[in-house]
Amino acid sequence: MTEHSHLSDMELRVRSLESLLTDKGLVDPAALDAIVDTYENKVGPRNGARVVARAWVDGDYKQWLLRDATAAINSLGYVSTQGADIVVLENTDAVHNLTVCTLCSCYPWAVLGLPPAWYKSFPYRARAVKDPRGVLAEFGQILDDDVEVRVWDSTAEVRYLVLPQRPAGTDGLNEDELAGLVTRNSMIGTERLAGD
Amino acid sequence: MDGIHDMGGMDGFGAIPIEHDEPVFHAPWEGRVWALNTALGALGKWNIDAGRYTIELMDPALYLSSTYYQRWLFRTENMLVEHDMVSREEMETPPGERRVTSQGAPLTIAEILANRREERSARVDEDIPARFQAGDPIRARNIHPKGHTRIPRYVRGRKGVIDRDHGVFIFPDTNAVFAGKTPQHLYSVQFTAREIWGEEAAANDKVYVDMWDDYLEVPN
Repeated sequence: MTEHSHLSDMELRVRSLESLLTDKGLVDPAALDAIVDTYENKVGPRNGARVVARAWVDGDYKQWLLRDATAAINSLGYVSTQGADIVVLENTDAVHNLTVCTLCSCYPWAVLGLPPAWYKSFPYRARAVKDPRGVLAEFGQILDDDVEVRVWDSTAEVRYLVLPQRPAGTDGLNEDELAGLVTRNSMIGTERLAGD
Repeated sequence: MDGIHDMGGMDGFGAIPIEHDEPVFHAPWEGRVWALNTALGALGKWNIDAGRYTIELMDPALYLSSTYYQRWLFRTENMLVEHDMVSREEMETPPGERRVTSQGAPLTIAEILANRREERSARVDEDIPARFQAGDPIRARNIHPKGHTRIPRYVRGRKGVIDRDHGVFIFPDTNAVFAGKTPQHLYSVQFTAREIWGEEAAANDKVYVDMWDDYLEVPN
């Protein structure tokens, strides 16, 4: 299933609904514009990358993040969890974490923005819990047999964020530079960063 | 309900459609559906569990042939009708031929964002005893609720261990039909991959599922 189908029909149907709701005084088009702008331009995986980079450079912050991610993330100020409860999962040499929502498409919007289409796709939702190593292989990630794969199915209002390992050879980088190395997929768990 | 949405473990959907340099929205209408849902949700007429349940009630063939934002639009249209905010007739009438009157002033963006900050958490500040604690063995109950539930089919009847107690949360099974929040402890429960999928699964792998007290029992 692609996300491109029925484009013109859908455009007309949604415009018609929006004009009806506007006429009824139920929505304000300017507020809708602002919501779209927020998720297109302000909330996205850069937020999560800053959280990860801070954890890489500050051991106390990392421990707080693993203990109480919601508070630790809100403390940064530039990232708001907007009331969601977040749990951070630490990757190590021995453990790899992968997140999914098999029942719908729950995702940590506050720190990663809106999910990519593949995260919402039926094959990902169906297979991540049953064949995580096969799913990871489709993303080019082949894990050794002795690495424990932990799949987290987001069935409740708790959102999961993976803390990838800091890549080797990055000792000289500052926090901003480190944040630039953190990919969205590494925080979902479908990618291990170089040297991770 | 044992619906098409409960996809964990199904085969046959093919390869994962990985797209590079993907836009946030693939067409303008997707962004408008997202924004409409956010703005309307802030009015407080329904809740996230009721919204999910509405999507689960889609005809399975329609569910499978719809995109993510088409399912969200289905949800929004149905919630509007169910809560007497819009009629089917009004939705089907072309914009130029409608006769509608304003029901009042819509929420501003500031009000919508404030609502999201206050209302999104499903955590309940009530002192309710936990039936289990980290390390306790449990079994996922073999239940098949006819309505909304968040216990995936693939864990029912399986034995696991409490990994952590998240605290007290709204129970979606009752909240989805406006039958109360039924606050109770929510846990992350660890299952071995082999307990769920059998001996072909990797020996070390685990699956963690968030589960409420009412989904769990003490194993024999």
